[in-house]
Amino acid sequence: MPALKQRRQIADTVRAICSWLIALIIFFPIFWMVITSFKTELGAFSMPPEFFFKPTLENYREIMEANDYLHFAWNSLVTSGGATLVGMLLAVPAAYSFAFHPTRRTQGILTWMLSTKMLPAVGVLVPIYLMARDLGLLDTRLVLVIIFALVNLPIMVWMIYTYFRDVPRDILEAARMDGATLFQEMFRVLLPVSRGGLASTALLSLILNWNEAFWSINLTTTQASPLSALVASFSSPQGLFWAKLSAISTLACAPIVLLGWGSQKQLVRGLTFGAVK
Amino acid sequence: MSEAARESRRAGRLTASPAILLLFIWMIVPLAFTVYFSTQNYLLLDPENRGFAGLENFSYFLSSSSFLNSLLITLKLVGSVLVITVVLGVLISVLVDAKFPGQGVVRMLLISPFFIMPTVSALIWKNLLMNPVSGLFAWLFQLVGLTPINWFSDWPLLSIIIIVSWEWLPFAILIFVTSLQSMDQEQKEAAQMDGATPVSIFRYLTLPHLARPIAVVVMVEAIFLLNIFAEIFTTTSGGPGDATTNVPYLVFTQALLEFDVGTASAGGLVAVVLANLVAAALLRVFGKSLTQA
Repeated sequence: MPALKQRRQIADTVRAICSWLIALIIFFPIFWMVITSFKTELGAFSMPPEFFFKPTLENYREIMEANDYLHFAWNSLVTSGGATLVGMLLAVPAAYSFAFHPTRRTQGILTWMLSTKMLPAVGVLVPIYLMARDLGLLDTRLVLVIIFALVNLPIMVWMIYTYFRDVPRDILEAARMDGATLFQEMFRVLLPVSRGGLASTALLSLILNWNEAFWSINLTTTQASPLSALVASFSSPQGLFWAKLSAISTLACAPIVLLGWGSQKQLVRGLTFGAVK
Repeated sequence: MSEAARESRRAGRLTASPAILLLFIWMIVPLAFTVYFSTQNYLLLDPENRGFAGLENFSYFLSSSSFLNSLLITLKLVGSVLVITVVLGVLISVLVDAKFPGQGVVRMLLISPFFIMPTVSALIWKNLLMNPVSGLFAWLFQLVGLTPINWFSDWPLLSIIIIVSWEWLPFAILIFVTSLQSMDQEQKEAAQMDGATPVSIFRYLTLPHLARPIAVVVMVEAIFLLNIFAEIFTTTSGGPGDATTNVPYLVFTQALLEFDVGTASAGGLVAVVLANLVAAALLRVFGKSLTQA
């Protein structure tokens, strides 16, 4: 039946074109941001918009020379990296306990952990702000590390727990029979076989911390502000520098978008706690 | 109890306690303080004048028109973004599920907005796209002879909904596309052989298959959407008037702009109760499809 085959081919082509069109529309704001970052300030503001122009690196040069960009980027790196490290140090042992030494209370504890994510940040903003102020931690990277780590801890425990459940218990028991200590059992046996899961958990934590804005805006002013807060400061008068804003935004988002592209498969599993396969 | 079982219990307790303990402190201490502050007259600018206020802060917060308004805005925002992202997410996922050239690239483009910082996406939309004078949308409107829309003053809440939907649609697509890959292809082909139309395949095979991922998306998104803050902070600051002030933003203005710790704490507790009510309601509706493995 050639007619049917032909009709099917047309349908497939239409489908492919529609898919591409939708993808380009959804991606467009990001594309436009990157394009604008290579325009002059005047060009970024011009009407009708410039589609063909001589790209300039002036915005990037200015951002890099005014060394405050590096200051904020360093804060982002330290706070999101530090919080991921602290989170992993707490989450791995906990997930190990829930996966390999479950008790009657384990399911309840896991659910309770997740329920702390339901606690709206604004609900506890005031006391956290006052405690940070009284301890002299306002506008320090330390306070962000502590908060980011605790905010994401439940998700990290769940993710690692989902991965650990798939590790055959026999391997661990064999190691224990051979006289491995708890420490050796974790570092020599468990961690090497679940490297992939641990990496994607750390990645997700890094992404969430890097993009976090609520605590960053409310607990820091300049000393410890990460990029998300720097970008937010462009919401008022400075907002007229669109090309520079685009350049900063591009630099702030690029690493995370690349990380996200590289890890989309594992992210789904982590974000849905293995409920979607 | 055997020696091995006792040993296992000891190891389990030893490794789980730090996380449980810290998380417990993280939850209970600020919450206890919030409960305490909510019963106090406490202005940060006038800290000497503190005293017991009873339930005054709650009655003040709950009876103020700004609270009812912010509650309505929160529900509108969460509700519309959920509907938009789930409906469009399902349709787009089904569309890109079949094999075609460049499928991998299309998928990467589709999920990208999810990784963009909320503050960045808000500012990009506000300045580069929705600006009434020099934004791209204004130019497009002029191109077809229409008057450009002044998005943030004429349609403030809609503007926020568009931005937030753009951020979360990729999440829905990411989950749905993954789920569709595990669908039984033979069943689909058999249905096609029997002459089932694409619409009935979608209705009777695809949608039931997606029930669980839809539940997951609704649950996860609801948690994050109830807390929307950065997008409002960087675009409208809750305005014009209070047209985009949701509950989180209202509490923020009470706490850090008006320095009223008592009322802000009361508002914070209301937000906690609200989040739990929404979570409980969602669990009632979607809980079944989540727990059925």
